[in-house]
Amino acid sequence: MRNGSGTFRRVKSRDLAYVALFAAIVAVLGLLPPVNVPGLPVPITAQTLGVMLAGSVLGAKRGGLSLLVFLALVAAGAPLLSGGRGGLAVFAGPTAGYLYSWPIAAFVIGLLTQLFWKRFNLAWALVANMIGGIVVIYAIGIPFTALFGDVSLWASFTGSFTFIPGDLVKAVAASVVAVAVRRAYPVIELPSRRATAG
Amino acid sequence: MLSLYVPGDSVVHRVRAGLKLAVLAALGVGLFLGDSPVLMTGALLLTLVVGVAVAHLPWLALAVQVRPVWLWLALLFGFHLLATDLRTGTVAVLRLLALLVAAAVVTATTRVTAMVAVIEWLASPLRMVGVRPDRIGLVLAMTLRFIPLVADKAARIREAQAARGGSRVRLGMAVPLLIEVLRMATTVGEALDARGADDVPVRRGGRRARLAA
Repeated sequence: MRNGSGTFRRVKSRDLAYVALFAAIVAVLGLLPPVNVPGLPVPITAQTLGVMLAGSVLGAKRGGLSLLVFLALVAAGAPLLSGGRGGLAVFAGPTAGYLYSWPIAAFVIGLLTQLFWKRFNLAWALVANMIGGIVVIYAIGIPFTALFGDVSLWASFTGSFTFIPGDLVKAVAASVVAVAVRRAYPVIELPSRRATAG
Repeated sequence: MLSLYVPGDSVVHRVRAGLKLAVLAALGVGLFLGDSPVLMTGALLLTLVVGVAVAHLPWLALAVQVRPVWLWLALLFGFHLLATDLRTGTVAVLRLLALLVAAAVVTATTRVTAMVAVIEWLASPLRMVGVRPDRIGLVLAMTLRFIPLVADKAARIREAQAARGGSRVRLGMAVPLLIEVLRMATTVGEALDARGADDVPVRRGGRRARLAA
């Protein structure tokens, strides 16, 4: 194993592959048509599910990076957001704060997942995904909308409420998947120097 | 397939991507500093002239990029009519519209590869904290390549599950898909190591060529 000496662990090639593949997964989730769930006012788009999965499968650093990569490609002009949106215009729109929040959300979810990793189960997964995938995203998206559109914080806050039920559904889905993937193919390693097989 | 780029060889197309982005950033800051309706209207008209008359972009190419926020702009305007006044609402809407059109013009006249090069360049100061800018370009290119691959894997798993009389539950797809993707990462990592991605900067020419395909 070539491993960087000292405190800085070098990013391994496999980590690059993880980052690129999860950015691709978020893009593919954008191809799915929005799902209408009975009883919910707004259709659910699957892309924030990708944000949650990136964090809870890859961990903080790689999860956050994969969302950064995804956004960089969107900014570069690839129409990867759901509905074929993309380009620089989406970063100037009033709802752009939600986009900016994605890498941070994935990072926070990853951080919490790593924290809970030893006793990780559905409940802990839910905690991580709800804090990172809902609280963080709204905490960034809502003030951004208020600022960009010259609207009051309160109006921006109430306006975003229709999306909460859908986000709860996604947090549950992401948690179920994350727990199953952890059982079958755990990717997050704890600092206890485990030799990487393979 | 994966681009909002509209081919052409106008002046706007030929200006360097970095310069276009710098102008766009300056416009963004400038429009938020001012608050006169005349300034906003002027900026919007100017961006439209640059996009349609100078760069010869079809209206549709711009509309496609701006369309997703129409409803939002209308809501914003309505909100301002109720809560503040006509002037504030007009300025807010015109400002956003001018920025959106300007951003759409930059995106439509700049290739994804040129943008990726700018991203790499912007990331070069990160060299000091141990980030290798050439790797950023590599990861971006890899992601573009992986998108059809992952979509294909997803389709295959769906077919396999349907063949076994699988349910319509989409969540059932996610676990096998993720595990396959994670396995693939190991293979890809080995392939990168075998090509020396860990030691030598990747040749620029080779990467560009693959990305442009």
